[in-house]
Amino acid sequence: MKPKVQEQPVEKVTQEEYKYGFVTDFEADEAPPGLNEDIIRFISKKKKEPPFLLEWRLKCFRHWTKMVEPTWPNVHYPKINYQDIIYYSAPKQGPKSLNEVDPEILKMFDKLGVPLQEREVLAGVAVDAVVDSVSVGTTFKAKLGELGIIFCSFSEAVQEHPDLVEKYLGTVVPYNDNFFAALNSAVFTDGSFCYIPKGVRCPMELSTYFRINAAKTGQFERTLLIADAGSYVSYLEGCTAPMRDENQLHAAVVELIALDNAEIKYSTVQNWYPGDKDGKGGVYNFVTKRGACRGVNSKISWTQVETGSAITWKYPSCILQGDNSVGEFYSVAVANNMQQADTGTKMIHVGKNTKSTIISKGISAGKGQNTYRGMVRIQPAAENARNYTQCDSLLMGDKCGAHTIPYIEVKNNSSKVGHEASTSKIGEDQIYYCRQRGLSTEDAVSLIVNGFCKEVFRKLPMEFAVEAQKLLNVSLEGSVG
Amino acid sequence: MLVIKGLKAKVEDKVILNGVDLTINAGEVHAIMGPNGSGKSTLAHVLAGREGYEITGGEVLFEGKDLLALSPENRARAGIFLAFQYPVEIPGVNNTYFLKAALNSILKSRGQEELDAMDFLELVKAKLKPLKMDESMLQRAVNEGFSGGEKKKNEILQMAVLEPKLAILDETDSGLDIDALKVVADGVNLLRNKDRAFLLVTHYQRLLDYIVPDKVHVLAGGRIVKTGGKELALELEAKGYEWITGNQKKEAKV
Ligand SMILES: Nc1ncnc2c1ncn2[C@@H]1O[C@H](COP(=O)(O)OP(=O)(O)OP(=O)(O)O)[C@@H](O)[C@H]1O
Ligand SMILES: [Mg+2]
Repeated sequence: MKPKVQEQPVEKVTQEEYKYGFVTDFEADEAPPGLNEDIIRFISKKKKEPPFLLEWRLKCFRHWTKMVEPTWPNVHYPKINYQDIIYYSAPKQGPKSLNEVDPEILKMFDKLGVPLQEREVLAGVAVDAVVDSVSVGTTFKAKLGELGIIFCSFSEAVQEHPDLVEKYLGTVVPYNDNFFAALNSAVFTDGSFCYIPKGVRCPMELSTYFRINAAKTGQFERTLLIADAGSYVSYLEGCTAPMRDENQLHAAVVELIALDNAEIKYSTVQNWYPGDKDGKGGVYNFVTKRGACRGVNSKISWTQVETGSAITWKYPSCILQGDNSVGEFYSVAVANNMQQADTGTKMIHVGKNTKSTIISKGISAGKGQNTYRGMVRIQPAAENARNYTQCDSLLMGDKCGAHTIPYIEVKNNSSKVGHEASTSKIGEDQIYYCRQRGLSTEDAVSLIVNGFCKEVFRKLPMEFAVEAQKLLNVSLEGSVG
Repeated sequence: MLVIKGLKAKVEDKVILNGVDLTINAGEVHAIMGPNGSGKSTLAHVLAGREGYEITGGEVLFEGKDLLALSPENRARAGIFLAFQYPVEIPGVNNTYFLKAALNSILKSRGQEELDAMDFLELVKAKLKPLKMDESMLQRAVNEGFSGGEKKKNEILQMAVLEPKLAILDETDSGLDIDALKVVADGVNLLRNKDRAFLLVTHYQRLLDYIVPDKVHVLAGGRIVKTGGKELALELEAKGYEWITGNQKKEAKV
């Protein structure tokens, strides 16, 4: 059944109204393709959202319609038809606990090496598995609950903790921030929510696995993580997607908030389908990730290993508002075959004695194009701010490209900003040396590449580091020799 | 063990090896000396399988098999080790990890059991001791920031761990202080046995005081132009190469 596309008045929209303007079948597990205010109401109603959220979504949508897709990133792709995308789809059954999870889905996780139950026991990791747009399993909630930690799907947070959601949602990435963030804000269907109360040190790594499941379904995940005063949390986000032919849009938004003396470590391993050797298929990963160090002495560290996606457009950033706050960005980005990556970070120094470190390792192979784009801005009040940036690029073969675009804006004379950059080709002599010692070319390449990425890998939690190295090897297989 | 017959090699149209003949038997130590640029390192790399050389003639048999047909890693697995004149740095790669990966890939290729981290550490520490090398070297990245002498000692450590059948040492003695020179010599002498052979490329007969060779060859103009015993090295030290290469040139003119 097709929805009737209707123009909505821009005035106040209340829950009352969507009784009328809405014609889509609410029983459907899937919205029809296309985007309009009805679809947004459909999503909001499906999710039984409070009025503030629907109003916010509509505000975002209306703003989005006036925005244009950015063209400044160094990436190229066919024009996306936003009316072709299905903005809501749910798995067939709605499981309430792990036991109810579709065995097919569990099997899929197993294949990907993510045995939920095992992880529960072995690794002590709480997993909030997101298949497609609806959360299918949340573990360890009880244990975390004892400490007052809230770790749940975003939809659940909307139901259980609407005050926290309302207080923080959109405060780090405003609805009008950029085209993809605005789109996400209008149509996000689920994601993760995490709140660490005052003084609590989260005793385990929190982890979320994202999957893209149904064909033709855009993914619009929303993550909101709040570390209250004096708390600490390490959060892992990893994902992988199966082979498919059609490009898939993924536009996630992640917002982190660190209050006084709080610390957030956010680690990502991203391995979505990059498309085939000719660039056919593959995920478009247009993500907005930003953290606000709101409190004094707060700290946010982003660590990312980006091996997947056809196109990556992503700048995990830190706004260092609190005095003495610290922002870090450690990144490995791979662009192989026809992959295009335009990634980097923004460090905005607002408070006094704020410090930021940027370590970026870009690997280009095949015809891959890898761009580091970073901004360091020192605001006038940021006395004694410090930044250190290091961008290294590794080229494999001569058809790929590496580009480094650093923007530095300094408005306070007492600050110090340091930038180092290097570009090197993977050394023939290094490979030969390894082979002379008995290693195959492939092992030699993986050894050299892993060495190149060492500074970033050692920032990852142990089991994640191992996974990341494997991923890197797989994604660079056959690039040399 | 190694038979080189009439080996000719070019780099970018430049003839560098022009008919090298050399036979090394198991248990022997051979030294190769010769002027700068005469092709000693080229010979070593051609034997190890480096790309970029065009073999224009001759053959090389290692234990009766065509060596030149093998990839560098398969030569290493067959038992050929080259201590580089200029060891290569591999930033970020732990020295122990590198050596373990190398040893295990060799063991695996021979159908032998690979060593786990604990066993390997034990092995490498045992090898380190007689070489009087500092354990801290194990934790550093392969050759990264190593001094010239440390790099050479690291090559000897690798040789000691990999236990090759034929070890080629390309100027491993160059740039070493007296103590380090002894370490290198000890490394070779410890491994010396009736099944193993060595080819030492050197400019200094000093090394040969510590490692007494069975034969000394002079490589000049891309060929072995003279072969003798240890006394040849002393003679070269005293007289230089002119008297041999000079002869060569005269002969060539005839
Ligand atoms: N890749 C190359 N391209 C051009 N010329 C080369 C190349 N490799 C070696 N050569 C040349 O071949 C000749 C032999 O070099 P080689 O390194 O084998 O000499 P060597 O005997 O080891 O000298 P040394 O005693 O100085 O180490 C030199 O003239 C050198 O410049
Ligand atoms: Mg040489």
